[in-house]
Amino acid sequence: MVCAIGFEGSANKIGIGIIRDGQVLANVRKTYITPPGEGFLPKETAKHHREVVIGLVKEALEVAKISSNEIDVVCYTKGPGMAPPLLVCAIVARTVSLLWKKPLIGVNHCIGHIEMGRFITNAKNPTILYVSGGNTQVIAYSNKRYRIFGETIDIAIGNCLDRFARIIKLSNDPSPGYNIEQMAKKGTKFVSLPYVVKGMDVSFSGILSHIEQIADPSKQKQKKKKTEEPEEEYSHADLCFSLQETIFAMLVEITERAMAHCESQEVLICGGVGCNKRLQEMMEIMCKERGGHLFATDERYCIDNGLMIAHTGAEMFKSGTRMDYEDSTVTQRFRTDEVLVTWRDD
Amino acid sequence: MKADILKQGAEGRLYIGESNGVSCLVKERFVKSYRHPVLDNQITRQRMKAETKASERCLKAGILAPKVLHMDLKERKIYMEYFDKAITVKEFVNKGISKDPKVINELFEKIGTIIGTMHSKNIIHGDLTTSNILMNPKTEDFSEYDVIMIDFGLSHYEEGAEDKGVDLYVLERALLSTHSELPELFEIILKSYKKVNSKEETTVIAKFEEVRARGRKRTMIG
Repeated sequence: MVCAIGFEGSANKIGIGIIRDGQVLANVRKTYITPPGEGFLPKETAKHHREVVIGLVKEALEVAKISSNEIDVVCYTKGPGMAPPLLVCAIVARTVSLLWKKPLIGVNHCIGHIEMGRFITNAKNPTILYVSGGNTQVIAYSNKRYRIFGETIDIAIGNCLDRFARIIKLSNDPSPGYNIEQMAKKGTKFVSLPYVVKGMDVSFSGILSHIEQIADPSKQKQKKKKTEEPEEEYSHADLCFSLQETIFAMLVEITERAMAHCESQEVLICGGVGCNKRLQEMMEIMCKERGGHLFATDERYCIDNGLMIAHTGAEMFKSGTRMDYEDSTVTQRFRTDEVLVTWRDD
Repeated sequence: MKADILKQGAEGRLYIGESNGVSCLVKERFVKSYRHPVLDNQITRQRMKAETKASERCLKAGILAPKVLHMDLKERKIYMEYFDKAITVKEFVNKGISKDPKVINELFEKIGTIIGTMHSKNIIHGDLTTSNILMNPKTEDFSEYDVIMIDFGLSHYEEGAEDKGVDLYVLERALLSTHSELPELFEIILKSYKKVNSKEETTVIAKFEEVRARGRKRTMIG
């Protein structure tokens, strides 16, 4: 029996989870929310995390109704992510590991998302679409590693959505992506945007600058004016709708291409953008058309959380992974395919 | 007549049909109801045209590709030449049909030569993977075979080096993820690629390195 506590703080969420033998005991989280039009910066985000982390540790233990000596292993996010907020969690994890005299394990954030998704949905060997503020990857497992079949060649999908939300000054509460999703429901007109798929890779930066010019004509590099007919007007809702329809279609397409290439019938969506209902719906339709099956989770497990780190750390611990105290560093870059998956036998 | 579906690829369904009395392969890009109808129509038309054009261009350049017999935009169907004995390079490698390093080496050299020729004629494939390259046996045991390029839906014509670099990058990543136990494959391809496309080899490789560096530098904040 392994009881693990996990600390996650690679971006603007800080979360702590406790899991014991596949039983969820606690999963608490706080989000650093910035004013509309502003993104979160590393220094301020770390300050937020520092202010709330101790309260969260206490809360997690209370919710779990356990004392610290029942914990077997302390897990934290080693990377990838922003260094200052990552450090906050690493320092607290090191401290409690010494205080409680428990071993310490650093976990890859992306692997955390994948393992959490498999754990919650019981998906066995799915093709994985991992979509968040910093990542866009199509992943499949083979030969002890999660291999990246497709990914963005420039910015991440969540970053594209967040930046568009900033352009049209949408609220960051609870998250910019959620507010785009709600607004898109009111959209009626479809604006044609660039659609950029290269094999199993995608690109979003061109789409973002294109839609930025429609949303804010002052950004247009002079030109135009020549046409007599007035340009069609699009509301913010129309733009949210068109942006979602376009970039989600790209994601579904590359996922389908990876499924065909790997001869897989299952899809798992994970990462913060993964709780978008429209994305899930589109993926579901694609899966049905090929006789496949979709696995998805809700915001408790999709969005960054401490439980995914606790669960993955516990799996690593059970399969014999150990970490020396000297190695308990953080890293901003940490690719999904760098990790040797010791806990899977297939 | 509803034919048996051979395969449901990412782009559409494949089955055996007929064009002017000749038995052939039909690729039907059925409506993908997950995407907005405007987008779906636009993408489908564009891809069908790309597929037909690229196959013509390849054949003209002496690169083997399925000959398109007929395209029906309204029905979303392309009728093309069918190679019933062919298998994909992915199958050949992963099923271990030959484990002889010499055979593998020769195969990937051929592939490099073909991609180099395509690029020298400014044909960008757009989706280079070992699932999209066929081996058509001339002898039963594959000791002699033709290499055939397929699936040109994402292809286009482009003279610039950037798109050629991206084409190579897509291929490298596909090889690394699909054939992780054979990390040398891409190098073999690159070697013969450089020989054929020597005219612009340096600029394309520089672009390729640049695209690759972009991928590695990305911070990947969770």
